[in-house]
Amino acid sequence: MEEMALTLKGTQQGIVLRPLSDSWDDVLQGLENALQDAEAFFRGGRLIAEMGRQELTKEKLASLRAILDRYDMELWAVLSDNEQTIHTARTHGLRTRLPGETVGMLPKDQSIAVATPPDVTPSGGARPDPGEYALVVQRTLRSGQSIKYPGHVILVGDVNPGAEIIAGGHIIVWGKMRGLAHAGALGDEHALICAIELTPAQLRIAGYFGRPPESRRRKLAPETARVSEGTIVVEPWHTRK
Amino acid sequence: MAGKIITISSGKGGVGKTTITANIGLGLAMLGARVICIDADIGLRNLDVMLGLENRIVYDIINYIEGRCRFRQALVRDKRFPELFMMPAAQTRAKDAISIEQMKSVAHEAAQMVDYVLIDSPAGIEHGFRCASAPAELVLVVANPEIASVRDADRVVGLLEAETNTPARLIINRIKPEMVQRKEMLAPEDVVDMLAIDLIGLIPEDPEILTASNRGNPIVLNNGSPAGKAFLDISRRLQGEDVPFAPLKPPSFFQRLLGSH
Ligand SMILES: Nc1ncnc2c1ncn2[C@@H]1O[C@H](COP(=O)(O)OP(=O)(O)OP(=O)(O)O)[C@@H](O)[C@H]1O
Ligand SMILES: [Mg+2]
Repeated sequence: MEEMALTLKGTQQGIVLRPLSDSWDDVLQGLENALQDAEAFFRGGRLIAEMGRQELTKEKLASLRAILDRYDMELWAVLSDNEQTIHTARTHGLRTRLPGETVGMLPKDQSIAVATPPDVTPSGGARPDPGEYALVVQRTLRSGQSIKYPGHVILVGDVNPGAEIIAGGHIIVWGKMRGLAHAGALGDEHALICAIELTPAQLRIAGYFGRPPESRRRKLAPETARVSEGTIVVEPWHTRK
Repeated sequence: MAGKIITISSGKGGVGKTTITANIGLGLAMLGARVICIDADIGLRNLDVMLGLENRIVYDIINYIEGRCRFRQALVRDKRFPELFMMPAAQTRAKDAISIEQMKSVAHEAAQMVDYVLIDSPAGIEHGFRCASAPAELVLVVANPEIASVRDADRVVGLLEAETNTPARLIINRIKPEMVQRKEMLAPEDVVDMLAIDLIGLIPEDPEILTASNRGNPIVLNNGSPAGKAFLDISRRLQGEDVPFAPLKPPSFFQRLLGSH
């Protein structure tokens, strides 16, 4: 694989783009490829360009917006240490700082409200890992319905055939997973899909596809799917101690 | 007190909505209730044929909406039960000839007159379905025990939950007990498990249903048949009676010999 030109990361506030390459053309090309690969996921979302010291000129900004427009995405904020970039972003009506209050990043057609996560401040002694935030949804996800979220998704309920969850992180279903699940949709191969009954139409983790064997019985036994050596493997819960 | 407005929907076409509307409408009338059945399948009307009232139609729902007739004139009285009426769909118009607001006002007007207003929804999840379900206090979702139909029913339940929060009950139609026994057909439990809504009716497959509909004498009038009883049971449950679900039995060896199945 070629050198990565950028990273994309799902956060509570939006998709964060961080250029790695000095060549803006490479960054744009990499972005375009990523958007193409997971179009359903990105569509309607918003982007935060974390430029670091790299300058974002008017021209660069216009070229970035041109790509985002095609995927119905919004350039929402530009974070930078560079005075000139901050100025350019401001004159284009963009945020240059993220608001303290976080808002869910969900495509427009989603009606799930996302609560503001509390500020987790570990107290006293050794600092425990504060963990990561997740979107928790409690309901049956029915045919034609979908949840798209840049972070982890926890669904308490069943995912019926014809429904889908697309998450930037893990997908945990406290119920039957019979629809489509795409974990690590932004490229995270370490993402997991766990369900009490894992009989999905299709599983995807990052760029990998998997389908349960046709003959699988419906058994109510928790299982976990993950990527191992380039394929998706499904393991019963009790072997993962 | 205004009557209860109930819509019969399915998503997928041809699963038995109109048959069920006709039979439940008659069933409720047999139990002494006053009923108006509204055919909301504009352009594809069928309910009149199934109820045997085709040749009595003078005006239809669109005529009423357009102010060409009075409400009462758009109703066709049943020939068997004087308290049962049908409001026919227009046969010659497009599906979008009626708006959601208009459908609501027609249904509410009907509810002033009777105990039950049954609305036969068109297939699909577009405008026609939205119109038919908009006025409903309860939606009877019809599914056949097959994957595609169950999935479409699920879609309908999801839309109802998300948009109007209308309660839904499930009718499983065209069950073939012998196939369920051989595990060649989804069992009612599987369908209920998937859709996670309360069951209100289990109707077996019965070729008599078609011949009865064609004659305009819905099978519910023939109380002796299992399908007729299934429809009457649904009518009873709608009235609040606690009718247990009889297990559907495969036809006996003799019934099969007689060729009725
Ligand atoms: N339980 C049953 N056993 C046998 N045949 C049935 C049964 N229920 C319905 N049918 C037949 O299936 C066909 C379709 O039924 P019907 O017209 O009621 O479906 P529908 O859902 O109203 O269709 P549409 O979506 O076109 O309005 C008819 O020929 C009917 O007689
Ligand atoms: Mg019909």
